[in-house]
Amino acid sequence: MNGVLKVLLDIFRQPSVIVALISLIGLALQRKPATDIMKGTIRTFVGFLVLAAGAGVVTNALDPFGDMFQHAFHVQGVVPNNEAIVGTVLVKYGSVAALIFFFGMIVNVILSATSYFKYVYLSGHVAFYMATMITVIFVAAGFQTWQTLLLGSIAQGLVVTLSPAVVQPFMKKVTGTDDVALGHTGGSGIALGGLVATLTRSKKHPSKSTEDINFPKNLGFLRDTTVIVALSMAVIYVIVALFAGPAYIESKLSNGQNFIVYVIIEAATFSAGVYIILAGVRVVLGEIVPAFKGISEHLVKNAKPALDVPVTFTFAPNAVLIGFLSSFVGGIVGMTVMAVAHTTVIIPGVVAHFMTGGATGVIGNGAGGRRGAVLGSFVNGLVITFLPLLLLPVLGSVGKGAATYSDADFGVAGIFLGYLNKAGGQIAIIAGLVIVLILVYVASYFLNRRKNTIADAADVAEKTQATA
Amino acid sequence: MKILTVCSTGLGSSFMTQLNIDKALKELGVTGVETDHRDLGSVSPGDADVIFVGRDIADAAKDLGDVVVLDSLIDMKEIKEKLIEALKRHGVAVPGEEQA
Repeated sequence: MNGVLKVLLDIFRQPSVIVALISLIGLALQRKPATDIMKGTIRTFVGFLVLAAGAGVVTNALDPFGDMFQHAFHVQGVVPNNEAIVGTVLVKYGSVAALIFFFGMIVNVILSATSYFKYVYLSGHVAFYMATMITVIFVAAGFQTWQTLLLGSIAQGLVVTLSPAVVQPFMKKVTGTDDVALGHTGGSGIALGGLVATLTRSKKHPSKSTEDINFPKNLGFLRDTTVIVALSMAVIYVIVALFAGPAYIESKLSNGQNFIVYVIIEAATFSAGVYIILAGVRVVLGEIVPAFKGISEHLVKNAKPALDVPVTFTFAPNAVLIGFLSSFVGGIVGMTVMAVAHTTVIIPGVVAHFMTGGATGVIGNGAGGRRGAVLGSFVNGLVITFLPLLLLPVLGSVGKGAATYSDADFGVAGIFLGYLNKAGGQIAIIAGLVIVLILVYVASYFLNRRKNTIADAADVAEKTQATA
Repeated sequence: MKILTVCSTGLGSSFMTQLNIDKALKELGVTGVETDHRDLGSVSPGDADVIFVGRDIADAAKDLGDVVVLDSLIDMKEIKEKLIEALKRHGVAVPGEEQA
């Protein structure tokens, strides 16, 4: 009997098996034919193994970078790149993270069905990344596995329900509708950017829209993740290599190969690893997200789908580039401050600056024109540089690597949970989650009442008009 | 016939657009059309009969063959209209067009 139990345990300890099972459930719930269920389940199973293979490639390319940076500047240099860190974490805590992702979707559906915040988070990839970070924090806090699963899923559900909510006031201005929301782990930084754009708006000299500018079109290559990651990492690697010096690299790292050739290959390998991880994530989520979408549409009345940042990009393509550049400048300013202050240095993560900076540009432009786009994105750039620094200490052993989570929501949620744990241990985390849950429903009560009052007032106005 | 939706990472928005196209195909009663989503870096001309992209990456995707540019990824009406045009262009019958 024990032998059987051991085999079962061995099976369910495999994250690839867990995600395949989640996929199996999703496909079965959609009542797909048996062949589709089998195909989808196996694809997900293999997809996770692809992802894990990519994690190995990224880690191997990042290790020498960490060494070079340490040797050159005597502080730790950290690259915020979601794919890189998530790959590493999944290899270690994949099963728990996959389950938190899965149960977090259920909590998301429950919250959106019962509260004012009707946001159904359809950006599966970033939700998946968020689940890995929450896992890391709960494990570092010393919770048992079942507690991590229970509390982690609640935390995950809260994050994915509330993140779209804070962006929505600004998102409405961009899309012109309240039916669609923004679902991305950059949410809090994007909302802050929108707020900055609103506050710096001038009635006397309103700033024109970014879309009136005739912007150079040849920056199109920035849209290609593989190219932009390889290029930006090559620049960063070469700069660090020049400071570390050929003697160190060629004797300790490259086995005598020319140090510039070596670092460029390593930088490109990093991009190759990200490419593999993205391919894996795409396959893993391919069967799960449609199931989640179908079920949530069924269960949540008036649900607002929260979608990935590029849905905003089509509304103001110029603002995307302006936002990216401005956010990136914010990242460089932040990095310089850290270098001067001799803390761990957070190197600007180009993908994060492009995705969240670009979206902040669009949101900022909607709230306050060009000035809003530039200032909002700059603040976002600062935020996604300093939050990762504050996040590192609560990530346990994961925080000591050369990669970390990049977007603002990771910082906000991770710092909230992690520092609660530092202040009052597990009890504080539980209390914090309960308080947030209560606040969600208290806020819902008042927001719903306000909505009804407005609706009633409109009703009355209509009736008066009809009788008049 | 095969339709690909493409965005810069091939994760979120291209996936949503694909699901919207699937929905539109179902509503239009069109069968036998394969759909998938991909990132900009791994698509080459000939991978699909029609490629749907957002306005923001129109320039980078212009050499991929029959590219349909969407002004908004969330406007179901636009998606449906452009989908019907694309299907007709490739000789696919659209039974449910009148109701659309």
